[in-house]
Amino acid sequence: MKILVPIKRVPDPALKTKVKDGSIDLTGANWVVNPFDEYAVETALRLSENGESGARNAGAEIVVVTIGPEDSAQQLRSALATGADRAIRVDADDKALDARVVTAVLQKIIETEKPDLVICGKQAVDGDANQVGQRLAGALGWPQATFAASVEMPADQKSLTVGREVDAGVEYKKIALPGVLTVDLRIVSPKAVKNHVTPDAFAYGDGPRYASLKGIMAAKKKPMDVKKLADLGVAVEAQVREIGVELPPPRPAGQIVADVPTLVKKLADEAKAL
Amino acid sequence: MGNVLAFCEFSGSAPKSSALANIAFARKAAELHGGEVIALLVGKGAAAAAADTAKYAPKVITVDDAALGEYLAETFAPIVAKLATDNNASVVSATATSVGKDLMPRVSALLDAGMASDVSGISAKNQFVRPILAGNAYSKVEINSPVIVVTPRQSEFTPAEPLGAAGAVSNAPAGSVDAKGATFERLESQKSDRPDLGDAKVVVSGGRGMKSGENFKVLEELADLLGAAMGASRAATDAGMVPADWQVGQTGKIVAPNLYFAVAISGAIQHLAGMKGSKTIVAINKDKEAPIFQVADYGLVAEWEKAIPELIAEIKKVKASR
Ligand SMILES: Cc1cc2nc3c(=O)[nH]c(=O)nc-3n(C[C@H](O)[C@H](O)[C@H](O)COP(=O)(O)OP(=O)(O)OC[C@H]3O[C@@H](n4cnc5c(N)ncnc54)[C@H](O)[C@@H]3O)c2cc1C
Ligand SMILES: Nc1ncnc2c1ncn2[C@@H]1O[C@H](COP(=O)(O)O)[C@@H](O)[C@H]1O
Repeated sequence: MKILVPIKRVPDPALKTKVKDGSIDLTGANWVVNPFDEYAVETALRLSENGESGARNAGAEIVVVTIGPEDSAQQLRSALATGADRAIRVDADDKALDARVVTAVLQKIIETEKPDLVICGKQAVDGDANQVGQRLAGALGWPQATFAASVEMPADQKSLTVGREVDAGVEYKKIALPGVLTVDLRIVSPKAVKNHVTPDAFAYGDGPRYASLKGIMAAKKKPMDVKKLADLGVAVEAQVREIGVELPPPRPAGQIVADVPTLVKKLADEAKAL
Repeated sequence: MGNVLAFCEFSGSAPKSSALANIAFARKAAELHGGEVIALLVGKGAAAAAADTAKYAPKVITVDDAALGEYLAETFAPIVAKLATDNNASVVSATATSVGKDLMPRVSALLDAGMASDVSGISAKNQFVRPILAGNAYSKVEINSPVIVVTPRQSEFTPAEPLGAAGAVSNAPAGSVDAKGATFERLESQKSDRPDLGDAKVVVSGGRGMKSGENFKVLEELADLLGAAMGASRAATDAGMVPADWQVGQTGKIVAPNLYFAVAISGAIQHLAGMKGSKTIVAINKDKEAPIFQVADYGLVAEWEKAIPELIAEIKKVKASR
């Protein structure tokens, strides 16, 4: 079972957003792996191992790929440090990318890598687009299971049954492989991933694993391919271009009320909200 | 000149209220594109919702086929893409619900179209405004492709009002339906008489500080008193206190009710991203430094254990005095 995990770097979501000359000011930004992509890597690992013994399943391979500038190699290294086997970086300027270009690049990589499964994050938390996984599945003609909160892979590894977080609750959808999975937050809860190798009673820790020191050392020796867009024969251009960014208007200052009766009075008389 | 194909989710014999936000967006887009709004209903039983949908759009197309019993992106996307082409659409839109978000990027692949997700506004024919970075900034994007795919955000578009005359209804065939190896198995949902989070005028949300699902009962009592929907922070849904579909935030539901209560919620940016657009925000938290107080119109520094029962009693008094 070969799994391809596309990961994107994003500026640390905990830091304050600044705007300069009509775009997001990224000078000195602290870059991290998009949290959903961290969850995607964790999902790939949980599908590929016996969680209890830590042994890797026979034939399991996890390839991480990013489309980004030289610095984004760092985020690939951190995915390798947690257990991915190989990395591919396709050199590109962040500004030149949109879902169309990213999809075209991933399609080319998929042509050569022939993965059984692609696991994307549900969305990159900088652009909040939530497009690439679905667009890629559409372009490939593969089935898709988005917003996964749980996934179960049968012993034959030919399909997945996915619990999807939808507006009305949780929808269970089965997809044949090869296919595209996009993961939501709760995919990293202790029993969300089942692969018929890890014993059912086993519970993972909550959240993605941390890299061990050994993992970090090993990551330095793992292969990382660097490719250019032209090497891949990708000539498509972005269709979506950012032409300006603004900060939202600040909310007018609120007030602290002394007690419940005052709150209710203000809600009724001042805000006319009751 | 191009038309706007507006994919509309329906329930029984009517479009969902989320779809009316899409029609509101589609009207703006159609004006800029010099075309007309075509509402599209896809799925088994779609024909039953046509008459009601025709009150809102000059044209309605239904694709009603037994093979489309359950929504699947794999079967719906080719239908939407084909009808976009057949009907000379330059914009294809669907509200950014879990269906719209799942479906439309797949449609964009089939049309090789640029897409703007979760848009809050359209400022020119091919220019859209959309929140990025958990709503900490608004980005304006320009899309240069012959067809543009858009998912408008429900909370940013006032539901469309009916037009004077009913639109024309036509049917289109589903063609060959190929699920590409995908099957819908089941939906697990908790029945509730409360309004949908996306439509509710009042939302009562609880966070980690509620400590257990049992403790949410008192918030539900408040919600029912106000005809409100229930919401929650990720910490509360992750802990299993309440269902995941109650989550409000960047990666949960985006709501903008008249009145939003955040109870025992600290106010992380990811939570704020889902409720900052509310008209009046009330925060109840025992920690006076909690960031939620920075966006609240009315903040009460108190423990919910004491404040909520008191609040229920006070509101009952106000209601009784009317
Ligand atoms: C990729 C990503 C996506 C995310 N998406 C979302 C999202 O969509 N929605 C979301 O909500 N979060 C989201 N989060 C999580 C977010 O960062 C916060 O962790 C979360 O919102 C915290 O929830 P909380 O406020 O309930 O918990 P806490 O931050 O733990 O706050 C609990 C609050 O309760 C108060 N409290 C405790 N006891 C009482 C009492 N007795 N009475 C009154 N107050 C009390 C405390 O003072 C505290 O302020 C996301 C995070 C990531 C990384
Ligand atoms: N530049 C990129 N390189 C690799 N993967 C990406 C890139 N952009 C997006 N992705 C993947 O697509 C997912 C959804 O991204 P988006 O559609 O931009 O919100 C991310 O979580 C990643 O898995």
